[in-house]
Amino acid sequence: MNVILYLIGLSLLLGGGGLGVFLWSLRAGQYEDMEGAANRILFDE
Amino acid sequence: MTTLALDATLGARPAPRERTASLCVHCGQETAGGRFCCAGCEAAFATIQALGLGAYYQRRLLDPALRAPRPEIQEQRSFARHLRTDARGVHELTLAVDGLQCGACVWLIESVLARAPRVLTARVNMTTRSLRLAWRGTPDQADDLVARVEALGYRLVPFDPACLAAAQDRTGRALLRALAVAGFAAGNVMLISIGTWAGLAQGMGPATRGLMHWLSALIALPAIAYAAMPFLRSAVAALRAGRTNMDVPVSLGIVLVTAISLVETLRGGLHIYFDSALTLVFFLLAGRVLDHRARGRARATAEHLLALRAGDVSVLQPDGTTRRLAQDSVAIGDRVLVAMGERIGVDGIIDRGQTSLDASLVTGESLPVAASPGAQVFAGTLNLGEAVTVRTTATGNATLLGECVRLIEAAESRRGRFVVLADRIARRYAPAVQIAAALTFLLWWAVLGAPLATSLLVAATVLIITCPCALALAVPVVQVIATSRLFRSGTLLKSPTALERLAEIDTIVFDKTGTLTEPTLALADVAALDPAALRVAAALAATSRHPLARALTAAAGPAAPAAGVVEHSGQGLSHATPAGEERLGSRSFCGLPPAPAPTPELWLTRPGHPPCRFAFAETLRPDARAVLDRLRAGGLRIILASGDRAGAVGRIAAALAITESHAELSPPDKVALLERLRAEGRHVLMVGDGLNDGPSLAAAHVSASPATGADVSQTVADVVFQGRHLRPVADIIETARRARSVTRQNIALSLAYNVLMLPLAIAGLITPWLAAAAMSASSLIVMSNSFRILRGDRS
Repeated sequence: MNVILYLIGLSLLLGGGGLGVFLWSLRAGQYEDMEGAANRILFDE
Repeated sequence: MTTLALDATLGARPAPRERTASLCVHCGQETAGGRFCCAGCEAAFATIQALGLGAYYQRRLLDPALRAPRPEIQEQRSFARHLRTDARGVHELTLAVDGLQCGACVWLIESVLARAPRVLTARVNMTTRSLRLAWRGTPDQADDLVARVEALGYRLVPFDPACLAAAQDRTGRALLRALAVAGFAAGNVMLISIGTWAGLAQGMGPATRGLMHWLSALIALPAIAYAAMPFLRSAVAALRAGRTNMDVPVSLGIVLVTAISLVETLRGGLHIYFDSALTLVFFLLAGRVLDHRARGRARATAEHLLALRAGDVSVLQPDGTTRRLAQDSVAIGDRVLVAMGERIGVDGIIDRGQTSLDASLVTGESLPVAASPGAQVFAGTLNLGEAVTVRTTATGNATLLGECVRLIEAAESRRGRFVVLADRIARRYAPAVQIAAALTFLLWWAVLGAPLATSLLVAATVLIITCPCALALAVPVVQVIATSRLFRSGTLLKSPTALERLAEIDTIVFDKTGTLTEPTLALADVAALDPAALRVAAALAATSRHPLARALTAAAGPAAPAAGVVEHSGQGLSHATPAGEERLGSRSFCGLPPAPAPTPELWLTRPGHPPCRFAFAETLRPDARAVLDRLRAGGLRIILASGDRAGAVGRIAAALAITESHAELSPPDKVALLERLRAEGRHVLMVGDGLNDGPSLAAAHVSASPATGADVSQTVADVVFQGRHLRPVADIIETARRARSVTRQNIALSLAYNVLMLPLAIAGLITPWLAAAAMSASSLIVMSNSFRILRGDRS
């Protein structure tokens, strides 16, 4: 049953990583222009 | 034909244009023949092709409701004053962009600027319609960069710092952060809980169970402490003020569930409920985030008006220097310098300089108005052109803006505090639940003789199972769905209680100008006019932005602007032709003897022809009659209240079959009328658009304003609707009534669920998985029921 310790630790790490990335993207202002972002993918730069 | 281009109804697809005249390749407006409507469009087209950005024309979607991208001649302006420079010599400038149509515009502007020398960043934000520019070089380069974009047909104005602060939206970000934390923690704790429940069924050892519980506690405690803050703060604030709101039972539930679970974890008990607490927080936060988003734009307007009253002004000293002073310390007669893009801080008279002003705050007229020395200006007006000096006539609360804000505040304090339905229920619900829990404890401890710990746990389960998860969702979910439904059709609900108040109304008071009638004037009796004169006048008028000139061009159809027309600020236009001078403008400008004008008018004089008069009249909104009939059919009493003369009001009332109309009302008269109706026990919806309607909008039970109205009225109104049509007024009332019935069903459903579960909880039969399943099920039922508001939308 020791494997449970690694697996739980790993899953928390992965989930926490996702949370960290979301908070980073929020701080980086990626949610400030949802309308523009939806349009931007249509144009290659 | 051109009126089609003015159709600004949101939601409705633009009507197909008749292809009788050729359309300009660049701006899509009708031309007098040829590929371009004007030299500006031709130059813009050439520029775009030369830069290899021709794909823009295939990619864009022109919306006829928006201003066409036709380049206009701009006054020489200097932007250097508005930029920020950092230590490394990088200049940054934020500008509001007028004329953004679709994603292709964003791409075009960014591509054009990216090709300009030394530009580091050029990024357009479509949501806030702003452009952020950063470049390395001289500050003067700003003017060149702005000119490049304006040559394409857009118009750039320095971004108001007040708007900038609103665009950053700190509250929205904090809510999103809390939502992310709650979501992460809820997901992980739920996974661990499922493991624990499965383990309990298969004989999991106490050590493993303890580990699972401790892990859950480790994740849940910090997450709840962070994510539940918005509710805890609001609950504490309500309790301090001696009231209760929905956040009080919610917070009590969250805190109790967490505390009991923690105690159970410490003493190695069987059941913990961290997952329930976290899911509850997550659902509620999701509702708050959506609600916040839906009302974001309207909130920016409100914050904007407050910001207008702050700002310093630059006072010119006798020695020619300027000093920044607070608005209140400016003396009458002081000369105030107003730079381009700055709000005028005082009421006054222009002393020196020629400019154009955006007076939409005061008059609701969104087109810039030319102003020259001697013109009266009001605080809150935005200076779009060159710097001017203004001689102060009133400051602070004595200004027109200050006067209006004071009247509004007085009216709002009379309106009193409206208690929302959810809070009225919370007031009875919270004590009832607490009494039930206390009785359960007494039953187990005193009557059945159970141990103290068991009795406490059962009493706590009663609190957990009755924690008003579904009840707390019942109202916000309906609000979010109804708000976003209205938002999609171009109606902004600004006040969170507006829907409930709208559902109660039984009387509607309409203002006339700009509300029942269209906000812009239209040329009257087009058929009776000499077509040749109209053509000449339209060619002159096409060069001007003046509202009357715009109305004239709109009525005359496509016309090539005449070359070499000179605009005389506030008087008219002149055009030198080989035969003599043509003039279009006021009676005195055209050299005619003075006479009273019953309606707004323009005169045209040209050599060899008699002077020709163009009269302008108000036109009713196209669907005004139909909407009023629909409202009357809904059992509503309709009243017309206007500041206009009795004759004009009577004509409109007759055309719309309104039996109750009041004319020549001053703003206090209108407030008095509303007070009288209130005394009769009526719930009134006030619809108005002008600065003078501000106080009565605040005095009504609930109020609506068209988006073309003055900023003041939009700020005060609970609802702001867009477009040429009056239909949104009927729509919001219908949506509000439907929302009210769905809300009532939701509350009944969640109360019924509580009544069903309560006996199980009192009997001590509730386990964590049952609590989680019951809670989610009731929340889902309430949510799916709420979507019935959208019923019938697809047809």
